Amino acid sequence: MNVTLNRDGNALFVTISGRVNTATAPELEATLVPALDGVVDLTIDMAEVLYISSAGLRVILTAQKIMARQGTLTVRNLRPEVYEVFDMTGFAEFINIE
Amino acid sequence: MSLTVETKIANIERITNYVNEQLDNMKCSRRAKTQIDIALDELFSNICNYAYGDRIGHATIRVQEIPETNSVSITLEDGGIPFDPLAHDDPDISLGIHERAIGGLGIFMVKKTMNAVKYEYRDGLNILTVVKSL
Repeated sequence: MNVTLNRDGNALFVTISGRVNTATAPELEATLVPALDGVVDLTIDMAEVLYISSAGLRVILTAQKIMARQGTLTVRNLRPEVYEVFDMTGFAEFINIE
Repeated sequence: MSLTVETKIANIERITNYVNEQLDNMKCSRRAKTQIDIALDELFSNICNYAYGDRIGHATIRVQEIPETNSVSITLEDGGIPFDPLAHDDPDISLGIHERAIGGLGIFMVKKTMNAVKYEYRDGLNILTVVKSL
């Protein structure tokens, strides 16, 4: 997995690629969560994410809870197989997906 | 064909690569492969976290093609504490963000995406088998 962050004022653009699983999710959390200070507009691009397991969903949920207090989170460019994970777990109901 | 690894989370990469290599030989669809990769992560991480308590043990993974049904059978075995990960209620996926707990979501996904999931305890081993159409 790779994570890159691009900050532009109070907007943060995050690109994740590869496998988001139990082995890599802690790194995602450690990179993402401290970077959310003062962020109002968070976008996570997952075009290159091969899969996300429940460990990765937990990090997305953490980010969503933080952003619910201070702005918005948008997850975008999900592969169909990855969208399916958001859908079957009910995450698509409360995560803004583009 | 089988692979035995120590029950360390970092070995998820190794077992995923091992299984994917064989799935590629079986002409597995991308969707099925994605779902199998997720199932592997959920099941192997369960073993790493719970099977041997705080100790590191071993887990063996076996992959077998079932040509008659164009599917694959994947088995994970560990010699840890007897534990049936399937014997739990499914999480309530209709809950909103604030009530949401992640516990149980992984096994829920495994049950939902695999064609069959079976647990047995035999000869001192937890044996978890999933079958998935290619």
